[in-house]
Amino acid sequence: MIRKLWAVIWKDIQMYYFKGPVIIFGVLFPLFLFLAFYIGRNLPAAFLIPGLLAMTIFFTSTSVSPVIMPWETQMRTLERLISCPIEVRTLIFGDILASFIFGACISAVPVTVGIALGVGVKSPVILAAAIFISAFCFSSLGLLFSAPPTSLVSNIMMLSAFVKFPVVFISGIFIPMEQMPGWGVAVASLSPLTYFTDLARYSIQGYAYYPIYLDFVVLLFYSALFLILAVKLHERTSAMRF
Amino acid sequence: MEAIEVKVMSKSFNGIKAVDCVSFNVHRGEIFGFLGPNGAGKTTTVRILTGVIKPDAGEARVMGCDIVKDTQKAKEVLGVVPETANAYPDLKAWQNMMLIASLYGIPRREAELRAATLLKEFGIYERRSSKVKGFSKGMKQRLMLCMAMISDPEVLFLDEPTSGLDIQSARLIRQKIKELKEERKTVFLTSHNMQEVNVLCDRVGIINKGKMVIIDSPENLRTRIGGSLAVEVKFDKAVDMSMLGFNPERVGDNYKIYTTEPHEVICSIVGFATLNGLKIMGLNVQSPSLEDIFVKLTGGSND
Repeated sequence: MIRKLWAVIWKDIQMYYFKGPVIIFGVLFPLFLFLAFYIGRNLPAAFLIPGLLAMTIFFTSTSVSPVIMPWETQMRTLERLISCPIEVRTLIFGDILASFIFGACISAVPVTVGIALGVGVKSPVILAAAIFISAFCFSSLGLLFSAPPTSLVSNIMMLSAFVKFPVVFISGIFIPMEQMPGWGVAVASLSPLTYFTDLARYSIQGYAYYPIYLDFVVLLFYSALFLILAVKLHERTSAMRF
Repeated sequence: MEAIEVKVMSKSFNGIKAVDCVSFNVHRGEIFGFLGPNGAGKTTTVRILTGVIKPDAGEARVMGCDIVKDTQKAKEVLGVVPETANAYPDLKAWQNMMLIASLYGIPRREAELRAATLLKEFGIYERRSSKVKGFSKGMKQRLMLCMAMISDPEVLFLDEPTSGLDIQSARLIRQKIKELKEERKTVFLTSHNMQEVNVLCDRVGIINKGKMVIIDSPENLRTRIGGSLAVEVKFDKAVDMSMLGFNPERVGDNYKIYTTEPHEVICSIVGFATLNGLKIMGLNVQSPSLEDIFVKLTGGSND
């Protein structure tokens, strides 16, 4: 089981993640989106870095994972893979873990940028735990996007963008939770990214909107929910791809 | 124990029956040819038997393992070259082999030995460190076969393995299929190439519109179903054959007449040639080919 899982992870890393454009896009896209919003607003780096970190981990963890299944359906590699003695759940879990590794590794970039700008990490253990759980949570979300049994990558990208962009804007990255109206807080509380942003702010700035334990509990809940849904839906739809 | 046992298996897509109550057995060590027109249900049958999709009804076993209830175990004893599948283009040939070996749980050292042997046998060992995207179609297909065989499967499903390949690749694959028979492996071969099926297969199953039409050896099919013989004649110049009767079919420069009484037809042809001052350049009597039988059984609907 572990060997099969690792085979899928290794295949994903070689095929999809270990590529210059993917890595560069994973770093540059959230950076430019972030800069477009913050330039000219004269905000302290300690406030910027948690937001940049949140966007980076969210976009990188959900960048490739949604397109693996439709891509493999289109490339006609999936049928070969499925006919091997591997269960769909192992395949999906492997895809999630590959995305998790990618998301967790790339998140080191904004943390390093922060340190270079003189932004210290006050709670490195909390930050590391938050990065790991969130990378897993968002990777599972990415796999959930690819459950519809299509071979059209563009359809899945559209569905994924339709969810991802609103999530970024409601998760306390651009507008801190304390400054949001009541309905804004209610909407933000539905987003898993809100809880990672909160943990990142706690780890770097030293304060959080929610209790730390609540952030972790909600992230773990969403991780389990997305994982179970992704596995169940893919188990149901994988045969419809052929 | 049979290598493959299928009992009243059915599968529908959007209300259309792709496989309709199909039953058959494939014996161990047998090369079984599976023929049918496009859309007859061949690939669906192969996908069910290789655990890619599930049947709506019926049972299927591969080496005694139920493909629905015991899918993983059944997959462990089979290898497959799907009709439309590809190796990973951005991985090297060697990496593709190792990936499949890992998924079959083959120990690393053993996998490397098998991979090297297979790649050498199929003439692509020198290209093992090249990415598959640079391979020709023939090389890709040979690699797919290597990938299917790395687990040393008892049953090998080959869906159109030589379709569209160059002569060398096709011959190499056919030779390998023959060797598999000598090793007592079971091969389930789907093909449109009648000559290939005729030469390689012990038995042939023909499926049409989702239903199994017949299963028998190529030779028995010719005698049981073929019925009529074909008398083929070639004259020295073009001629209006309608005067001869027998409803001849033009095949290039030749005319083909199907009959159960070849003597009568040959006498008529000779008389016709003498009467019209024609020279007979060629005359022979042929047994019905597998292709003739296929067309007869499938209503010529190989579209």
